[in-house]
Amino acid sequence: MNEPQQTLDIREGYKEKFGFHDDIAPVFKSRRGLDKSVVEEISAMKGEPAWMRDFRLKALEQFEKKPLPNWGGNVGEIDFQNIFYYLKPTEEQTKNWDEVPADIKRTFDRLGIPEAEQKFLSGVGAQYDSETVYHKIKQDLADKGVIFLDTGSALEQHPDLFRQYFGTIIPPSDNKFAALNSAVWSGGSFIYVPKGVKVDMPLQAYFRINAQNMGQFERTLIIVDEGAWVHYVEGCTAPIYASDSLHSAVVEIIVKKGARCRYTTIQNWSNNVFNLVTKRAAAYQDATMEWVDANLGSKLTMKYPSVYLMEPGAHAEILSIAFAGKGQHQDAGGKAVHGAPNTTSSVVSKSISKDGGRAGYRGLIKVAKGAKGCKSTVRCDALLLDEHSRSDTYPYMEIEEDQVSIGHEATVSKIGDEQLFYLMSRGIPEAEAAAMIVSGFIEPITKELPMEYAVEMNRLIQLQMEGSVG
Amino acid sequence: MTSAKPTLEIRDLHVAVEGKPILKGLSLAVNKGEIHALMGPNGSGKSTLANALMGNPKYEITGGSIHLNGVDVLELSADERGRKGLFLAFQYPTAIPGVSVANFLRMALTARRKEMGMEKPLPPKEFRALVKEKMALLRMDDSFAGRYINDGFSGGEKKRAEILQMAVLQPEIAVLDETDSGLDIDALRIVSEGVNALSGPNLGVLLITHYQRILNYIKPQFVHVLVDGRIVKSGGPELAHELEAQGYDWVREIQAA
Ligand SMILES: Nc1ncnc2c1ncn2[C@@H]1O[C@H](COP(=O)(O)OP(=O)(O)OP(=O)(O)O)[C@@H](O)[C@H]1O
Ligand SMILES: [Mg+2]
Repeated sequence: MNEPQQTLDIREGYKEKFGFHDDIAPVFKSRRGLDKSVVEEISAMKGEPAWMRDFRLKALEQFEKKPLPNWGGNVGEIDFQNIFYYLKPTEEQTKNWDEVPADIKRTFDRLGIPEAEQKFLSGVGAQYDSETVYHKIKQDLADKGVIFLDTGSALEQHPDLFRQYFGTIIPPSDNKFAALNSAVWSGGSFIYVPKGVKVDMPLQAYFRINAQNMGQFERTLIIVDEGAWVHYVEGCTAPIYASDSLHSAVVEIIVKKGARCRYTTIQNWSNNVFNLVTKRAAAYQDATMEWVDANLGSKLTMKYPSVYLMEPGAHAEILSIAFAGKGQHQDAGGKAVHGAPNTTSSVVSKSISKDGGRAGYRGLIKVAKGAKGCKSTVRCDALLLDEHSRSDTYPYMEIEEDQVSIGHEATVSKIGDEQLFYLMSRGIPEAEAAAMIVSGFIEPITKELPMEYAVEMNRLIQLQMEGSVG
Repeated sequence: MTSAKPTLEIRDLHVAVEGKPILKGLSLAVNKGEIHALMGPNGSGKSTLANALMGNPKYEITGGSIHLNGVDVLELSADERGRKGLFLAFQYPTAIPGVSVANFLRMALTARRKEMGMEKPLPPKEFRALVKEKMALLRMDDSFAGRYINDGFSGGEKKRAEILQMAVLQPEIAVLDETDSGLDIDALRIVSEGVNALSGPNLGVLLITHYQRILNYIKPQFVHVLVDGRIVKSGGPELAHELEAQGYDWVREIQAA
């Protein structure tokens, strides 16, 4: 009935597989736009303690004061007063898929989430617009003290642990969008992995925007205690609407001594989503933080997952894929800040642009004075699928220490006619051949993914390539 | 079935590259079960013929016709030709980083089988067995299947990998463009034996070469000499020996006379 006007120029396959929407009647929807009373209303709806309400209100002031970034992409187009900042889809969150309202469950079924949970996950969270509708962790992990909750529930159930870390890695004053998230945050994941506990299968959260002109502002906080291990995966999609949605998350991670955290994102937003996310981790002695960040879809993505290497022996790994199609701008990259001696970082970025899309790498390697013996390598490769597309590389370096080893390599290539002809001569149709070449290009990153996600990545690449050639 | 039409029939083919005419009226017929050798000086147009046959868009057909089993090949894209059973072992195979030989073979075989009316891909187990068998035929190490196509392959490995693809895809007509060059003595024998094992009543081969040596292993029934875009002489295996002994000036002289 209320069929939204759909933009026609984009990925046909996306529309069918992910671009659908449900007509659900939300339990609560804030009015359009943002001011103090909207923030107070969100806080009240959630029954939060006073300190959180004050935190939000202070953040709102900062959001209003801060200028929009004048670099990266065109964020000036965002109409902040046309957005719904909070939408609660259901009354209750559940641990049982059967209790999720049928419309919403159907969405997650179509996206394959319950099936994946059965097959290869340690726990799943499913967020629909502003709230988490389903959350569950395997019992044996819960017994070991692993906490995997939506962030709001964590504030309720573990107030001290929560308050000790919340906002410590990314203060609201960090940037305009971090301030916005801090003011209106809702949902996201909270993970605590106790000392020495290794979570061997991934924990996954799925973020779905359903409503039109929706703003999704999830907030994730992960604490990996000494010697512990966790792999967290997030996926995201949205329906195709003619007007824009905003996704602006904040992700804070603390990786303690000898611990390891891998955070994998397979983002596949529809082309009407502004995706402006702040992700940052602090890694302590001999800890490893890995960001695997695959950015497909969206209208504009600005995202630079970063790692602050706080103590000797800490290691950062940032693997970034950015794929920009028609009308899309992916400004992706990463940041490694070497704040202690003998810390290491490695950044690999692969960007692909086609049909006039713009994809690039923006990164910073910073070495503080006195951080001797640090090593860092940055490699960024760009693949252009046609002449109208664009790739940018902005590799910033701030090296304040001499005794370090820093390597940087960058390549730009075009999809080769020779390669296409070679594959096609073996009977492979052009679009598939092009998709194979692209999959091969990002293979150094997909091979790091668990098999299921590597398969999913290649499927998404194929979808991106559909109808694009010829 | 009529035996009147050749499997591959090239008639008065004219091909230009970047506006420059290279093939200037070439006619040739290759049947299944036959092996033809094509020899000729550097730059005479041998690889141009191979590329034009396979449908490389860089090579512009300015005249003539190509038919495969009576089908007008010039109407088909490269991938359609490949699926219909035309195969080119490239003189300079291209590297595709990140795409494994096994993956590539699986995609290609699935496409070829579909064309032959087999809707389902070969079950993974059978596929692995097939690849293993063909790699053994060519004395290739098992690890090869996991490597990226032609990426970091030695010259000889590339040539072997081309024949591996041919062995898996089972074309009707295979054009081998200087598959012998770059092979060491043992590899030449192994690859030749591989080609011989594959040839038979269901395969026609057009073997492009500069050297008599490979013809000691793979015995052609027909030898053609290409000079300046035209076939100037055709004959039996003895022609290759004569060429080896006398060089191309000899045929050029015949042509001029
Ligand atoms: N892709 C191309 N671009 C430009 N010129 C080309 C191209 N392909 C072929 N040519 C030209 O066409 C002519 C014939 O080349 P071709 O590769 O067909 O020769 P060949 O007989 O295979 O030689 P060789 O024995 O050295 O392999 C040469 O002058 C070559 O430079
Ligand atoms: Mg040649």
